[in-house]
Amino acid sequence: MSAIVVKGGRVVDPAHDIDGPADVRIENGRIVAVGKRIPTRGATVLEARGRVVCPGFIDLHTHLREPGREDKETIATGTRAAAAGGFTAVCAMPNTEPVNDTAGITRAILERARTDGAVRVYPIGAITRGSKGEELAEYGDLREAGCVAVSDDGRPVASARVMRRALEYAQAFGLTVIDHCEEPSLTEKAPMNEGPVATLLGLRGWPGAAEAVMVERDVLLAELTGGKVHIAHISTAASVDAVRRGKRRGVRVTAEATPHHLLLTDQVVRDTEYDTATKMNPPLRAEADRLAVIEGLRDGTIDCIATDHAPHTVDDKKVEFDQAAFGIVGLETAVALCLDRLVRTGIVSVPRLVELLSTHPARVLGLPGGSLALGAPGDLTILDLDRERTVDPARFQSKGRNTPYGGWTLRGWPVATIVGGTVAWQDTAVGAPRRRSDRRRAPSRRRAGGS
Amino acid sequence: MTRFRHRHLLGIEPLSREDVLAILDTADGLREVLDRPIKKVPALRGKTVVNLFYEASTRTRASFEVAEKVLSADSLTIATATSSVTKGETLLDTARNLEAMNPDMIVVRHASSGAPHFLARHCKSAIVNAGDGAHEHPTQALLDALTLRQKKGRLEGLTVAIVGDLLHSRVARSNLWLLTKLGASVRLCAPPTLVPPGLGALAPVTHDIDEAVRGADAIMMLRIQSERMAGGFVPSLREYHARYGLTAARMRHAKKDALIMHPGPMNRGVEIASEVADGPWSVILDQVTNGVAVRMAVLYLLLGGAPEASL
Repeated sequence: MSAIVVKGGRVVDPAHDIDGPADVRIENGRIVAVGKRIPTRGATVLEARGRVVCPGFIDLHTHLREPGREDKETIATGTRAAAAGGFTAVCAMPNTEPVNDTAGITRAILERARTDGAVRVYPIGAITRGSKGEELAEYGDLREAGCVAVSDDGRPVASARVMRRALEYAQAFGLTVIDHCEEPSLTEKAPMNEGPVATLLGLRGWPGAAEAVMVERDVLLAELTGGKVHIAHISTAASVDAVRRGKRRGVRVTAEATPHHLLLTDQVVRDTEYDTATKMNPPLRAEADRLAVIEGLRDGTIDCIATDHAPHTVDDKKVEFDQAAFGIVGLETAVALCLDRLVRTGIVSVPRLVELLSTHPARVLGLPGGSLALGAPGDLTILDLDRERTVDPARFQSKGRNTPYGGWTLRGWPVATIVGGTVAWQDTAVGAPRRRSDRRRAPSRRRAGGS
Repeated sequence: MTRFRHRHLLGIEPLSREDVLAILDTADGLREVLDRPIKKVPALRGKTVVNLFYEASTRTRASFEVAEKVLSADSLTIATATSSVTKGETLLDTARNLEAMNPDMIVVRHASSGAPHFLARHCKSAIVNAGDGAHEHPTQALLDALTLRQKKGRLEGLTVAIVGDLLHSRVARSNLWLLTKLGASVRLCAPPTLVPPGLGALAPVTHDIDEAVRGADAIMMLRIQSERMAGGFVPSLREYHARYGLTAARMRHAKKDALIMHPGPMNRGVEIASEVADGPWSVILDQVTNGVAVRMAVLYLLLGGAPEASL
């Protein structure tokens, strides 16, 4: 039997409306007790006084790149980045090479995750074969092999007919369809948001309307079919409004926002003189859009925060702006950005942030975790709201260094990540949470260390 | 007399009014060299300039080359069709390899907006933007301003109409910055499909060419590329000429002494009728001559000369 007790922290579990001092005991990978003065007999003890203890954070939107682009990221490095960023599970987008559109690829990803993974990996299958937007992938097989949702992320499903069939057919297997909303005929070769900033920079614009027309379409199709649609990386005011109206009508629609769309605008492309670390898809938007996404976060229209972690090699990014790859890494900065820029500024509370990063991601895709219920997976994220650190891309666990946040000093960081009762990562620089044996209760150090 | 305070010329936007005037005044002083029997001064002897052209160019490239030769710089020109770029070399690698030969300056023309900024970030040489995507073409705006000042005696208080494909035009953007910095007022004119968002905040935009032309001191016509028809921006060249082409009939609305400018290459019979391009209003060839003077001034100031020095 292996056991661990996380002691004396502020336990925040929105699923059970818990926010207060408590201990958490995990045995054999499962939560077995949450409460005051939990016995530590036979357990490793992590001291968490002054820290926040939450159900493990789950990233709904990660690009692990394996198989096929191991030069950008591997399951090993991507999951280490997740652990170091406070995530205990990641949902792996299927735009690998080959695309994860068959059970065999799903099984290969899960097998690699079992041997190399630092955190849990939940594969997402493709909506269509090869993510070509034409024929549906085999959802039954994908589900059985372990896929938790379907998405053609990065390659929008242009055909409304195909999206309709996907939303219908996915219901047979309880799968949510995650859509990257982009009307491709409006965004051809466009590296940044359409608007005054793109005009001044002489860059082709990707208009917000190209996202919103697809969000409107998806909401209407989810309403028509009764299917479940999840809007990936929502970025415009009109998109948020479409989801809000859909929810009000009872449509099964959910949405996620990324830290970068919550915190940055297209102005940074100009301020950094075409730095390709500011190029992502969807692009950074105007301030009015950013504020609307924050409002959606406040009023519950947006359910989750997801990273859209998109690692690239230096060569993919160290080129002309319009030639550069889209995307930034996010796993190792997302939680700290949220704590510093959303929690410390009073935009969201700590329990609401836990909802956005854990409770709701689990609920949206029906994943285990996301709560500290007895018997739930023993996955915990431990936060230090006062820890201050400067983002140093050279020290990322991820292979990707493509971030616009290098040099940002942030207050509030994850300090430990526990997956299935095992410490997957801890911030050694702060020297805590400390492991110690409880001499009074445990007969020997050796035994206290567990088996 | 102070040295020019910029290391690169990436665009007009970052320049102050004084910077622009320093370049124009220096160009005025240097233009005289072009009228001498022996058109050569030793100002940049021992300096090496690389002209790195990733896009087709006749005027701009020739103009830089002439300017470099008149100032006695050693220069070489690399055009993409004959370079390693066709073998898949990146812009950065090309630039770094050229740098290993220790040039003092790289003049770059590139289809990607921001390419000169990218080079400025990663190279040691001074970088001159000879046109990047739809972003800026600073030496074009400078030569336009020099021509206007020469013909009108001033820039302040002039009304300049810029007509044509504003969406894809780096010339329009650089001119907009320069003319407004120097106190001219600018009017923009294009069909709505060729007006990028937010431009109207910088200068009034009209979709009626007669309105743009009326009372203007100068009219700058922009080239419309035939690819724009395929992109669905305008239905046909015929209709474009009918609605947005500058013809002698339209010039009746203009001031008697209005100037017609065009950065070239012209599409005769599309954005501009031959009778206008070759007519009494046209200063198109003066623009070309001034282009050499302006580029001499830019080379000279960036490579260490003082403004208004006599040579």
